[in-house]
Amino acid sequence: MKMAGLLFSMARNSAMSRAVPSMRNEIRDGVRDAVPILFAIFVFGLVFGAIAVEKGFSPLEAGWFSVIVYAGASQMAAVDLFDQQVPYWSIVLTVLAVNFRFTLYSAAMHRNMAAFAGWQKYLAMAFMVDPNFALADQRARAGQLRPAYYFSLSLMMYFSWQLVTVIGAWFGALIENPDRWGLDFFLPVYFMALLMGFRARPNWLAIVVGSSAVSIPVYFLLGTPWHISAGAVAGILVGAVMAKPPHDPDQGAEGAQ
Amino acid sequence: MTDLMWLVVPLALATFLTRITGYLLIARFKTMHFRLEAALDAVPTAVIAALVIPTTINGTWPEFVAISVAFILSYKLSLPWVLFLGMASLIGMRALLG
Repeated sequence: MKMAGLLFSMARNSAMSRAVPSMRNEIRDGVRDAVPILFAIFVFGLVFGAIAVEKGFSPLEAGWFSVIVYAGASQMAAVDLFDQQVPYWSIVLTVLAVNFRFTLYSAAMHRNMAAFAGWQKYLAMAFMVDPNFALADQRARAGQLRPAYYFSLSLMMYFSWQLVTVIGAWFGALIENPDRWGLDFFLPVYFMALLMGFRARPNWLAIVVGSSAVSIPVYFLLGTPWHISAGAVAGILVGAVMAKPPHDPDQGAEGAQ
Repeated sequence: MTDLMWLVVPLALATFLTRITGYLLIARFKTMHFRLEAALDAVPTAVIAALVIPTTINGTWPEFVAISVAFILSYKLSLPWVLFLGMASLIGMRALLG
């Protein structure tokens, strides 16, 4: 009787320690997790809008760019290149190089989207950027990633980006030096916190070391954006090489001999 | 539509392609080798490390301090606190060093 009572209370506590996955909770979590990202988006978007105008884009063109591409780093690179009269194919190539990491995110997201309908998967990928990928991957590992969480998070990010692009384009010239508030460095601080959030994953340190060992030299030799792809590939290889085969229960007795 | 508005459309298509290609490639696998699964597990760590680590050594002292603070505090504090204190140290250092 005592044993049954103990097991029952253990099971009950276990169930209560996990939030009930209602749509309201999912949306609440998505909105909550979006907040720090919005800070980075506000700054990044304002800067992009202002720079795009400086490089010859109208606010309409800059806004349209943000709506259909929705990838800040590549947008920054592209507006700069448009201003320099480089060959068009070179701009396409640069955008592909900067956004190559999305392909890696896309592959990793496949197993995270079991709860998504077919059309939701494509929509989900359309809104994928670094922060919501990292959060989605963590969320999927912790339980299950649900569309309500993902889309509330991602849509807040998306619409913020559009809004600040246009504001930056219109009022960019008026923005004073944001360095005093460190806003230009908010994203690296945020990413460092995210990176640390992954440290329970297998071989985390080895992957970080492997990625850095390649990313740093490439950053100084070839510059951005190559260091991201190069470092990422190196880190991923480390993860693959150091992976342990899944435990086979049938071999347990043999292994013990 | 202006010329520029047309010119950025292929960039959008290219970007969308990057966003779905990985998914489509992986979807073809019925079973997954454990090393492939480990590789996918490693993606966020590897990419974000590649993004962040160079910034730790490429900036000035305020940036290094801020990143280090974020690193250390992440062991004990939740994300909002890490961000707040990391940014506070950045702003403080920049004010101090000018």
